[in-house]
Amino acid sequence: MTTKTPNGTEPAQKIEEKLYQNRYLVDSGRPHVKVKDHTEPTAELKMLVNVCPAGCYSISEQGKVEVVPDGCMECGTCRIITAESGDIEWNYPRGGYGVSFKFG
Amino acid sequence: MPQERFDAIVVGAGPAGNATAYTLAKGGLNVLQIERGEYPGAKNVQGAILYADALEKLIPDFRDDAPLERHVIEQRIWMMDDTSHTGMSYRSDDFNEERPNRYTILRSQFDRWFSSKVREAGATLLCETTVTELLKDGKGRVIGVLTDRHGGPILADVVVMAEGVNGLVGQRSGLREELKPKTVALAVKETHFLPQEVVENRFNLTGDAGVVIEAMGTITQGMTGTGFLYTNRESVSVGIGCIVGDFAASGVTPYSLLDRFKRHPSIAPLIAGSEVKEYAAHLIPEGGYNAMPEIVGEGWVVAGDAAHLVNAVHREGSNLAMTSGRIAGETIVWLKRRREPCTAKNLAEYRRRLEDSFVLKDMKKYRKIPAMLHSNPRIFGLYPRLLNAVAQTFFRVDGQDKRTKEAQIIRTVRSQRGIGGLIGDAVKLARAWR
Repeated sequence: MTTKTPNGTEPAQKIEEKLYQNRYLVDSGRPHVKVKDHTEPTAELKMLVNVCPAGCYSISEQGKVEVVPDGCMECGTCRIITAESGDIEWNYPRGGYGVSFKFG
Repeated sequence: MPQERFDAIVVGAGPAGNATAYTLAKGGLNVLQIERGEYPGAKNVQGAILYADALEKLIPDFRDDAPLERHVIEQRIWMMDDTSHTGMSYRSDDFNEERPNRYTILRSQFDRWFSSKVREAGATLLCETTVTELLKDGKGRVIGVLTDRHGGPILADVVVMAEGVNGLVGQRSGLREELKPKTVALAVKETHFLPQEVVENRFNLTGDAGVVIEAMGTITQGMTGTGFLYTNRESVSVGIGCIVGDFAASGVTPYSLLDRFKRHPSIAPLIAGSEVKEYAAHLIPEGGYNAMPEIVGEGWVVAGDAAHLVNAVHREGSNLAMTSGRIAGETIVWLKRRREPCTAKNLAEYRRRLEDSFVLKDMKKYRKIPAMLHSNPRIFGLYPRLLNAVAQTFFRVDGQDKRTKEAQIIRTVRSQRGIGGLIGDAVKLARAWR
């Protein structure tokens, strides 16, 4: 059987555009997710760049994994993946801060 | 703030927490419910289907004012490959009944309504407050909580953890383990708005009736997971979820998986021209009975997602949450009336009652399913592909005689999965299902 439709080849919508619709109250200067200092990211830490549904993780020019949790939907996926490697610190935002779903 | 004391503290204002707090307040207890969101529902995400029975047992007349979207009259189950789907659907006018059994809802709105009923029943709700720690006495008994808003401890005879799938409070107090990447699914979804009549035309609906579609196949790119599309009044919820460990191993981004699902030729026309107003992500505890933590201890109980109460096979969770919350509440009220303390021994009655309900009966029935599905990726890739290939050969009229077509179908199946393998997989599924 042949595949006629593009199979993931079309450029996906940018994650920033998706998050733009969401409502957030960012707790400036108090990120609730932090990557612990490292020289070489572990395999688990590198996975977060793709697996985070909000695209909060990226790799810096120095090859380190960084997080900007402003668009975080507080799902917890990154915490679970790195639970054993211990690469990140994950807390809920302070009460009232973070994402507020309108429809959920 | 002076030290306060309550009969019970409920952590969380989702279906489990609201069901517990409602039952406790109705039972005359002095209840404090703590929610970290700006309002109940602010942090909550679901497909979402509401199962009437579980709510009816708490609020029999909920249909009078609950924000319901559509009652479900049609269920479609789609096995998909990249260009096709083979479907099974059940639609019945019998579901257009006085008291329908399933509704689509928008959780954020529904949870706010449910919470208003909890407060009417007499519970005190504290929003924008995150519980940071459980307080224990010298003997390790839970006696209250600390939050990020109140300086002092808040004390209670019992703490109900209805804190959802992430469950940091219980985890960090050493009451349960961190979730494992293979026992939890990550789901992403979007809410697509369309004019009401467009929703009704596209899905062949009138009035408040609705359709739900559950889908599996190549849409999850070999990962264990499913997609869904639910009709709301003037929107459609579209989402897809896969086991976290599978996402991690595959490197597929959740949003590109969702976008690919939305572009599927069977899905795209259903959401064409819509306006997306929200993108959400949430975890679903899908490890089944074997992944359940302890649910009672000295001065504490757990309900809902935090207790891993999800029936992944039937896509049920919110009803297990509401039912476990109600039963937790009923047990605590019962103990209070007997003037018995909330010890682990006494609270074990909650577990016994859950065992007698559909909640633990169903969890036990499907205890082998999560591992079976996870070790048989064929179910999510090969079989849907095969089914669609067979369907196409069968339905395409192209001058080929039927006997040759049948031989071709058998050849296709045999080349992809031997007869022995097919039978073996069927037996494995049947054994796990029993």
